[in-house]
Amino acid sequence: MTIAAKLTAPGWYRALLALLIGLAVAIGLVTGIRALSGADPVFDGTAITTAALIVVPLAFLVGIGCFDYWFRWASGAPTVPEDHSGHGADSWRDYFRVNTDHKVIGIQYIVTTFFFFILGGLMAMLIRMELIAPGRQLVDPNTYNGLFSVHASLMIFLFIIPVFAGIANYVIPLMIGAPDMAFPRLNALSFWLLPVAGVLMLASFFAPGGAFATGWTAYAPLSTELPEGQTFFTIAVQFAGASSIATALNFLVTIITMRAPGMTFFRMPLLVWANFTTSLLVVIATPFIAGSQFMILLDRALGADFFNPGSSGDVVMYQHIFWFYSHPAVYIMMLPGFGIVSEVITANARKPIFGYRMMAFSLLAIVVLGFTVWAHHMFVSGMQSWLRIPMMITTMLIAVPTGIKIFSWLATLWRGVIHLRTPMLFALGFITMFTLGGISGVMLAMVPVVIHVSDTYFVVAHIHYVLFGGSVFTIFAGIYHWFPKMTGRMYDETLGRVHFWLSFVFFNLTFGPMHLVGVDGMPRRVADYATQFATLNAIISISAFLFGLSFLLFLYNMIASWRFGPRADANPWRAKTLEWQVSSPPPRFNFDEVPTVVGGPYEYGVPGAVHGVFKEKSKAVPVAASAGMRGE
Amino acid sequence: MADEQAENEGRAEAPPERREPPQPSGEHPIARMLLIGAIASAIGVGMVLFIDWFPPAASSGAQSVDTLYGVTLGIAVPIFVLVMTVAIYSVVRFRARPGDTRDGAPVHGSARLEVVWVAIPFLIVSALAAYSWIVLDNLEARSPRALQVDVRGQQFAWTFQYPQRGGPPVRSEQLVLPVGRQADFTVQASDVIHSFWVPAFRIKQDAVPGIKTETRTTPTRVGTFDVVCAELCGAGHATMRQTVRVVPQPEFDRWLASRRGAAAGAS
Repeated sequence: MTIAAKLTAPGWYRALLALLIGLAVAIGLVTGIRALSGADPVFDGTAITTAALIVVPLAFLVGIGCFDYWFRWASGAPTVPEDHSGHGADSWRDYFRVNTDHKVIGIQYIVTTFFFFILGGLMAMLIRMELIAPGRQLVDPNTYNGLFSVHASLMIFLFIIPVFAGIANYVIPLMIGAPDMAFPRLNALSFWLLPVAGVLMLASFFAPGGAFATGWTAYAPLSTELPEGQTFFTIAVQFAGASSIATALNFLVTIITMRAPGMTFFRMPLLVWANFTTSLLVVIATPFIAGSQFMILLDRALGADFFNPGSSGDVVMYQHIFWFYSHPAVYIMMLPGFGIVSEVITANARKPIFGYRMMAFSLLAIVVLGFTVWAHHMFVSGMQSWLRIPMMITTMLIAVPTGIKIFSWLATLWRGVIHLRTPMLFALGFITMFTLGGISGVMLAMVPVVIHVSDTYFVVAHIHYVLFGGSVFTIFAGIYHWFPKMTGRMYDETLGRVHFWLSFVFFNLTFGPMHLVGVDGMPRRVADYATQFATLNAIISISAFLFGLSFLLFLYNMIASWRFGPRADANPWRAKTLEWQVSSPPPRFNFDEVPTVVGGPYEYGVPGAVHGVFKEKSKAVPVAASAGMRGE
Repeated sequence: MADEQAENEGRAEAPPERREPPQPSGEHPIARMLLIGAIASAIGVGMVLFIDWFPPAASSGAQSVDTLYGVTLGIAVPIFVLVMTVAIYSVVRFRARPGDTRDGAPVHGSARLEVVWVAIPFLIVSALAAYSWIVLDNLEARSPRALQVDVRGQQFAWTFQYPQRGGPPVRSEQLVLPVGRQADFTVQASDVIHSFWVPAFRIKQDAVPGIKTETRTTPTRVGTFDVVCAELCGAGHATMRQTVRVVPQPEFDRWLASRRGAAAGAS
């Protein structure tokens, strides 16, 4: 390929060129406007940074090729509607280009998000290093504030939310008998928005004044006053949020319109239900955090004074908008995990899910109730005090649908034939740890208790029980469970079990004692603390380091097994859902024959029951292609 | 693919091996679990109540918050033990033997059980919500002879003002309060959000720029306790820790008079 061809074809060369052009445009635009309007100084670093943070990532996305098809279509240039050249992966290089295959995108998502998980985890290690004793150990307070802020933001926006989207991206089309997602090109764009957001968050460490240091909550007016690093967060959240919303729309359309013949809503596996309800939450709630961060950006860049108390701005308003997204976000980070655990438990207990319909309805109940509880984060914020009691009641009521799920899983175990494989261990670990997180969650709804423990380590303990013992354990369960399907190879069961037990023990030793220091009076987000908390913090830090090390086992198991593991059968767990009825890994277009669904997804032990049958002999792909042609 | 399909259909048609009815093992499994659960709950409740969770209780409300917390733990521990017992018991009792290809009992649900586990959590959280509401109302009850204190947070220190009738307010870097008299705090912030927290009083209130917020408490113990900023407010947040000194009313009056005199002398 000639240099010119490399620079015009979609890919990394053109992306780098576009990046440079984007930077030049940002500098030119800002400096030009400032010169014309007589601003002084003409060359303003802050303004250029803000403009560059918006323009350069967009230019990169254009360069890498996310928009090529749409640009051609919009300009009237010839396009190929059923162009499958962007499908499938023949070498590792295909994972580094814009790919429209949901299975490739699923892997791209999972690997990328685990990359950010590792970085976020390393930051947690630095945080615990600083907190191993009172006084300063490692970093200055400003760097410390940056570390926990970036840690939380990466874990939430670049790991938990998108890794679930990645697992679902791979599994959902297979589960519902579809050849791909409804909008493959939008799917590719959704993925590529993510590394952009992650790189922006990491790059904030190199901004003058250091990384954003307001926590992931970015409360105004601290976030409108801190240096440039904060703008990196504000804009990164836009990219991560856009990715999230686009994927959610894609899931909704895929699940509603592309189910196999015979798959009614109440024949869908619960992971499909979980992602359906999660996507509802995302499309309704995520625009609110986008809005809140746009307002911060406008306050910072243009002096819009949304949250400036000196110019009739309202500080508490930020928290209402922020939590109207960020509480539902907790369920965005949990419902897909509920789905994974349902799949893992039914397959490894070899029993139908107990109370399938209630499991589906409880997801919907959580979606609805989830929008009515946000102000429980604000019981001491100075909002209207009468709001506290109704928000307390709605928050506590969420324990009811959540309880339905826990009890239904337990009843599914009862009289099953339980295979204690690694995914099952993580699912069981999840049930017990999430119960603890749920209990502290109920406590964090009770206003008199919250007044004392809000913004303490009790809250840090709670969110890690919910998001690590809860979400991340389900992520591990899901990765182990579908590893054979995704890679066509088996993971090492012994290493997996050791990984579980080390995680389970050191997770509890790390986060359990945080409840104690929190109730005893240690605030969160502090680089230094009173000497009375020294002993427990030393225990927490040492446990955290061992907890961090246990992750290396997982990493080794995944990499080594992906490369050298024994070949996996199509259905190593003898599960009933459709993704296990095709080869591992599945064919490029998933189903050589279109499946017809004739029963529920979990009919273990029911004589003669099947979920899907492969009767039609016509190929799935030509059917879709000819339909597309007729549409032209 | 075709082979696989045949295999699937073959498997579906063959009568699946059914689990033989559970062997009678002396006692009924539910009764045995109840016994294990009751013992574990008793031990668990004993343990969590043995733990000294809270800093010293130095306000009239502190004891009721601690009791609410303890009662909640007393309900929470049996629930956690229930989940653990069923999970562990199931794993031990129903675990597959190596090479076991049987399926479990094809039970799809039980409307009666589902009603039970909707109703019981609902009743528990309703009761806890009502109890919390009552505690909150008592915490925030006003006393007619409360002492007014203005609290101001700024990066990175608290200042306290005692309004005086017919004179300038008395300013202090340390919070000093008379024991046994309600203190009525008006909380403000000069720059960003702070949070005024006295762990020993179990009160916390954000100091928000642009608005006045309020909280109140009645100190019940003489002594010195921590005043902590609980809302991230910048690089110095961790060091924004001061103290409150609770003293008998006469001593408080003397302290206030001396501060008033000092202020008058200075001006």
